[in-house]
Amino acid sequence: MNKLQIILSGIVRNNPTFVLVLGMCPTLGTTTSAENGMGMGLATMAVLILSNLVISLVKNIIPDKVRIPAFIVIIASFVTIIQMLMQAYVPALYASLGVFIPLIVVNCIILGRAEAFASKNSAFDSMLDGVGIGLGFTLSLTTIGAVREVLGSGSIFGASLGISDYTPLIFVLAPGAFLVLGYLMVLFNKLAKK
Amino acid sequence: MKSTLVNMTAVLFGITLVASAGVGAVNMITAEPIAQAEQAAKVAALNGVLPAFENTTSETLTLDEMPITVYIASADGEVVGYAVETMSKQGFGGAINLMVGFTPAGEVINVNVLKQSETPGLGTKMADEGNTLLGSIQGQNLAQKKLVGGKLAVTKDGGDVDALTAATISSRAYVDAINRAWMAFKSVAQDETPTDTVSGATPTAESTNELQAQEGGQNE
Repeated sequence: MNKLQIILSGIVRNNPTFVLVLGMCPTLGTTTSAENGMGMGLATMAVLILSNLVISLVKNIIPDKVRIPAFIVIIASFVTIIQMLMQAYVPALYASLGVFIPLIVVNCIILGRAEAFASKNSAFDSMLDGVGIGLGFTLSLTTIGAVREVLGSGSIFGASLGISDYTPLIFVLAPGAFLVLGYLMVLFNKLAKK
Repeated sequence: MKSTLVNMTAVLFGITLVASAGVGAVNMITAEPIAQAEQAAKVAALNGVLPAFENTTSETLTLDEMPITVYIASADGEVVGYAVETMSKQGFGGAINLMVGFTPAGEVINVNVLKQSETPGLGTKMADEGNTLLGSIQGQNLAQKKLVGGKLAVTKDGGDVDALTAATISSRAYVDAINRAWMAFKSVAQDETPTDTVSGATPTAESTNELQAQEGGQNE
């Protein structure tokens, strides 16, 4: 597979949110604003790139029967490292994403890509897959967050659009997450089919 | 790769060893920046609710089984204000933490929301500048507000604190935290025994039986 295709496939054909429908917990939970969605997407992308790289490097020395525990240990270590780095250098973002960071460990996207891609492909390709899927996840979450923020709180990336008195609140609450996700999924698949 | 007991054990041992070494190393590197970031956040919160000060001493009380810290700020040897780090567990999305600044006379200087997980667009407005909750108490002595059973209350509950639109639960939690801050302020600054809003107040510095004997209807 051509290198560019690996990245593009993560964004369109294998888009984790709208096509693979993986990692729904952070998708629904963190997308109350565009900024939070983007922060979550970028943190996941960082973990995904590192874990894909390392897993594809060590795939040949891991016995089949213990591959899942081995992958989880690698992923959990990277999540812990990223969490500590965020806490130290971007405390504001860390405060707003709070509980969702440790949950990256159990995000199906990361273990899914470790199993489906990194354990079968070269280190460089696996990294590119991490970039592609990570970008796909980040773009999806940012889009969902932006739509919910505009419709629900009348602002975008925290900047008020001056319509906050007229916006239906439901979009920042849990039901709004499902509504927006559903309609965006329909729209995405309609456009991507062409 | 074919799995045998020996290679499974060896590989898992190796991976966990490297992983824990990596996590440990990053922890050593980031421990200091994390402590500094937390310290900076605290100083920023103090600066936001207090007049200019040179140094602070702190005293931690336990009110309603929650730790409440009172920072006594002074300049030129005189007390210029009190900042109370207070909390409430009655928020819509969990605990909320506030930093409340008082003048030595007991007027509210400012309130800084340190941590909250309220509904975005509703309860989160408690952290916005010039929101109605803050507007109702800023620059005022709480003793002169309309009190319900010795406590501040939102208008819906008979008090005169204007609640946030469509966020009564968050507003009540905010007021609850302010009440706790006020109680801590009174017990530290004015040596006043906490009244019935507080059950089992035990200042760690000098705890007395009187304080512990108080029982309150805080959590009804």
